[in-house]
Formats: sequence, structure tokens, C-alpha cells
Amino acid sequence: MKNINNKTLSDNPFYDPSLSKRHSKARRFKIFTITCIVFALSFLVFFLGDMIVKGLPAFQQSYMQIDVSYNDKTIASTRKAIDKKYRRIVSRAWLRNIPNQVEESPELMNTTQSTWVLVNHQVDQYMKGHYFKIKSKELKIIEDMHAQGKLQLQFNRIFFTQGDSKIPENSGLKSAIIGSILTLLVTMVVAFPMGVMTAVYLEEFADDNRWTQFIEVNINNLAAIPSILFGLLGLAVFINLFGLPRSSPLVGGLTLALMTLPIIIVSSRAALRSVPDSIRQAGYGLGLTKVQVVQDHVLPLAFPGIMTGSIIGLAHAMGETAPLIIIGMIAFIPDSPGSIFEAATVMPAQIFTWAGMPERAYIERTAAGIMVLLSVLISLNALAIILRKKFEVKW
Amino acid sequence: MTTNPNDISSNTIDDSSAQKIPETKITVRDLNLYYGDNHALHNIDMDIYKNKITALIGPSGCGKSTFLRCLNRMNDLINSVRVDGEVFIDNKNIYDKDVDEVSVRKRVGMVFQQPNPFPKSIYDNVSYAPLKHGFVKKGNSCNELVEKSLIQAGLWEEVKDKLSQPGTSLSGGQQQRLCIARTIAVQPDIILMDEPTSALDPISTEKIEALMLELKEKYAIITVTHNMQQAGRVADYTAFFHMGDLIEYADTETIFINPGKKKTEDYITGRYG
Ligand SMILES: Nc1ncnc2c1ncn2[C@@H]1O[C@H](COP(=O)(O)OP(=O)(O)OP(=O)(O)O)[C@@H](O)[C@H]1O
Ligand SMILES: [Mg+2]
Repeated sequence: MKNINNKTLSDNPFYDPSLSKRHSKARRFKIFTITCIVFALSFLVFFLGDMIVKGLPAFQQSYMQIDVSYNDKTIASTRKAIDKKYRRIVSRAWLRNIPNQVEESPELMNTTQSTWVLVNHQVDQYMKGHYFKIKSKELKIIEDMHAQGKLQLQFNRIFFTQGDSKIPENSGLKSAIIGSILTLLVTMVVAFPMGVMTAVYLEEFADDNRWTQFIEVNINNLAAIPSILFGLLGLAVFINLFGLPRSSPLVGGLTLALMTLPIIIVSSRAALRSVPDSIRQAGYGLGLTKVQVVQDHVLPLAFPGIMTGSIIGLAHAMGETAPLIIIGMIAFIPDSPGSIFEAATVMPAQIFTWAGMPERAYIERTAAGIMVLLSVLISLNALAIILRKKFEVKW
Repeated sequence: MTTNPNDISSNTIDDSSAQKIPETKITVRDLNLYYGDNHALHNIDMDIYKNKITALIGPSGCGKSTFLRCLNRMNDLINSVRVDGEVFIDNKNIYDKDVDEVSVRKRVGMVFQQPNPFPKSIYDNVSYAPLKHGFVKKGNSCNELVEKSLIQAGLWEEVKDKLSQPGTSLSGGQQQRLCIARTIAVQPDIILMDEPTSALDPISTEKIEALMLELKEKYAIITVTHNMQQAGRVADYTAFFHMGDLIEYADTETIFINPGKKKTEDYITGRYG
């Protein structure tokens, strides 16, 4: 201990001159990683924000309260049901529906009702604050009606109760939603049992030989095949060879099942593998057969994992578009399909169709469709998580 | 080659003393086992007796667990395994072609190192296998069997009010006794135990040991242990394995006090290294 200055330095047994440099390096690395996350998040926020701003207006639609007269003459020529001055404002689709209205409620016949009437998409866009070339005569009526509260934005039921339409204000997602449900039903009914059975066989029963290795490699390859090729396969096999109806949920579902199969197999195998071997040993030690052990002890334990994987596979299939375009599920489908054999479209394909339309009303619907699709996908993923959690606490 | 299980070969017990001759339950003759190219058991000959506890001791990796698994054909589940030789249980070679390994395991129960109850209720843990084997039907007879097995395993008093709770909610020692109850419920003749107390605290160990001593009245028990004191406390016979060979097999007293082989003595006295 010679002098005080030296003492403070050399007396600290933890002093390490290289440390501050290493710490600053760690700090730089941390900043870098955080920047990456911020970037990724901001992209996501930008995308979602843009979708919501564009899509939210589509959940509202303009309606106008005017007098509508129902009689033989107006049924024959529906334009005559309303005052002449409104003809360029009211939607053609709504007028076309007048005979149906009367058919549903015959008491309307020979009366004049003050009704909320759907207006056309130009007026609707004008109401939503977008400039549209509307003649000054109509413009005055619109402003008047709006001021009186007789022209206003209401919840857009049509978006969920109508199929696609060439008249923008009358187009909705319903037939695509039903098409998606039917298609995914077929997918699940085919892919789930096949995938789980395959996984059980490979994981629990098969010997580890060339043959099973060959199957394994091929399943992994299947997962890596670009989805559009599955569309070509579906076209060649299901439509051309088996002659199943084109554009139908049956063919779409089978095609998507091929795509989902590897996801289900791989995740089910992982779930089966995560079941501790001691459970199997316990079963065999009691003189149980392989099937009893697998069915009663291994599968129940693996089930949450299998479900999670399958739901994620389902969500994957739900967002798939390319293979379905190839097999013709992109068709214009105004009416919802009644069975898996009728022509149908699915949500992402409907979104794709709308995205190619010039009218602003369709742009709005594209974004709204994406919002609906995303909500369903997020709900499915949430369901997967909930299921896993719920089954986990059960024992 | 010896095929008659009643032949006395070098590794069977010398019964020159005035003791009552114990009844032979298992006769192992010329048993060899290979994991692929790894020759894990060499020419094992051994007689195992009814109503006795036989302890298998030896350094890690010497083949004790492997040998134990030969006695209920659990090794069949490992792909690379090949077994040569004969294991007679009640004078029937369990490796004969006309023997189903599932029915062997029904009569030769097994308790593992780590307690491994099924993630089901305590009741279901015990009743599952007997129901599957058709020993009992759901209802009273099943309840009785569960109660009897749990009583035998010394667990009844602790769990009788919570039979529907999951078996995994019990303590380690209780779980191990549940596993023993589960094994007993299948009504085996022989119980194999692979280091049944190595994961347990001293008090649970003591309970299991007491249980083993009780159970030997009805079963032949073969246990693997690394604990010399335990072998001394519970085992009637002790077999010392070393690198796949059965070095010495005799009554426990002889092995511990007057071992015949140098290797055995070194291992027993802790000089093995
Ligand atoms: N499943 C297996 N596959 C291949 N080799 C194995 C397998 N199990 C055991 N072996 C080998 O067989 C030999 C004997 O192993 P075993 O597990 O029977 O030893 P052990 O005496 O029980 O050891 P420990 O006291 O550590 O449990 C070891 O060399 C081991 O590497
Ligand atoms: Mg072992």
C-alpha cells in the first residue's frame, strides 16, 4: 500500500478493465435487436391500421327513407315504385328485389310504405366523404335528405347476408363464408383422421426401417411443396381423373387436405413423441397390448398437441388461395352453395376477386373481407391456445 | 446345453445346508442378449425362487436392468434387441414361439425406478388393467379389487378419501406405492422392481422395503438396487453382475460376509473402481 490513488484501483478485487468494452458491446447488440422488433411491429401496425381505415367504412352502408308504393304496376316495372327524382339515387339491386318483398309479406300489396331504401354506391361513397361526380340536381336532394336525417349510414347487413354481386352496394361475403366452411369441413374430415392415424402408425407402430424412413422423408417434402402445385394435382386427379365437379368445395377441400396433411402429421408426431416413455412402459408392464396403451394412455396425453397442430393447419388451409384458383373456386358466385358439390368460392378468393375491381366500394370490401378473414384466423389460433391450456390442467 | 430347468448348474444355490429347499419359480439358462452389436449379457444361468426376494447388484451399466427386462420380455419393445437362451417360468420357456409376450407381462409385473402413475385418478390407475384383462367388471368387484390392492400396497389409509384425485397429485413415495398397487391388481406371480426406491426419501424407502417383505409371502420379487444396505436388509438372495456377466449368486449373507469371488468382495466393500 504505497499511495492512496493506486490503492483505490488495485484494492477493488472485481475491477476488470475489459469489462466496460464488453458491456457496451452487449448494449449495442440489445439496441440492434430491439430495433428489429420495432421495425417488424411497425410494419404490422401499418398494415393493420391501413386495413382498418380502408375496411371499416364497408361495415356501414347508406340508406334513405322514402315512400315506396307496392302495386301491380310497380311490380311489373320496379322503377315506378319510387318517386322519379330518386331514381338515380336508389340502388338498382334494391328495386329489383321489390317483387320478392311482396312475395314474402303479401300485406304490402296496394300500399305505400315509408321505407329505408338502399342507395347506390356512388351516393354511398359520397356519404362516406369521398368525392363522386353526382349531378347537381341529385346532389341537392342528397343534401336535403341528409339534413332531415332521412339519408344516413346504417350497419351493413348486406355484407354478411348477400353473395357477390356486380352491383357494388349489393355485394357481400356470405357465399364465400359458406364456401369456406364447406371446404374446410371436407378438409378436416379427410385430413384429421388420416393425419393422426399416419402419425400414430409412424410414431408408435412402425419399425425404424428404410420403408418408414422413405415415408417420413416424403411427408416432410410434401410440407415444402409450393401450394399452387397442389392445385394442379387437384385439377389433374380430382377433376380430370375422378370427374368430381369443378369449383366445388369437395374438390377444394380434398386439395387443401393434401396440403394440411403434412402439417397435421408432423405436429401429431411431435405431440406423440412428447408423451413420456414411462407411460408406455407402465402400460406394457401391466400386460396391455399396444393398441390399449396407445389408445387409452398415449393418445389422450397427446391430444391437446394434436388439436393445436390441426387447428393451425386448418387456419393455414383457410388462408390458402392459389390452389383453389387453379381448381376454379374463383368463380363469380352470387348464391351461397347448398352442398359440397355446387360451385363455390372461398373468402380469400373472394377478396382476390374484389381486389381486382376498379370501384371504390369494392376496394372498401376487399379490406373489410381481409378484416373478417383475419379475425377468423386469429380466433382459430386463440382457440388452439385455449384448448391446449384447458386440456393441460385437466390432470 | 442345459435345457432341463431342474439341473443344478454352477450358478444355482448350493442347498447342502439343512434349510428347506425353496421352490424354483424362474430358471434362466444360457441367456445372451445383444443390443445390435453390443453383447450386453453373457451366458447367464440363474434360478430364482418363489416367496423370496432376489437382489441384483453391480456397477452401473453391468446389465442389471437389461436382465430384469428379459424376465418379462420388455426388451422385445426395443428394436435392436436380440435374445438367445431360455427363461423358464413355471417350467415354460417364455421365449417359445407359442408364448405371447403380453400374457407374460400380465404374470410378471414391473415397478420402475421413477414412479410412473397414469395421469388418471388413483382409482383408475389401479382398476384400468384388471378391467382390460377382464378380471373384474365395473362395479362392486372392481371396487373391492382396488381396495384390496391399495391395502396390500399400504396406501389405502392415505388415499381412501380421495380415490378420484389424479395419481400424479400424490407424493413420490405414495406414487411408487400406487404403482405397486397397480401391479398387484393384475395378480401377477412375480414382481420385478428396477431400483424402486432410488428416487425416494428414506422414510418412503423404508415403507417400500417393509412392503416388499410383506409381498414376498405371495410373490417372487426380483429387485435391482445400488444400495448395499438395502440389499442386506431385504434380500434373501443376491446376484452380483459385472460387465454383462453374472459373477456370483448366493444367499445374501454369503455374498456380504463371505463372498466367493474377489470382484464381489471388492464391489461390496466399496473398493470397486
Ligand atoms: N435401449 C438400449 N439400447 C442400446 N443399448 C442399451 C440399451 N439399454 C441398455 N443398453 C446397454 O446395455 C448395457 C447394460 O445396461 P443396463 O441398463 O442394463 O445397465 P444397469 O446395470 O441397469 O445400469 P444402471 O445401474 O446404471 O441402471 C449398457 O452398456 C448399455 O449401454
Ligand atoms: Mg438400470
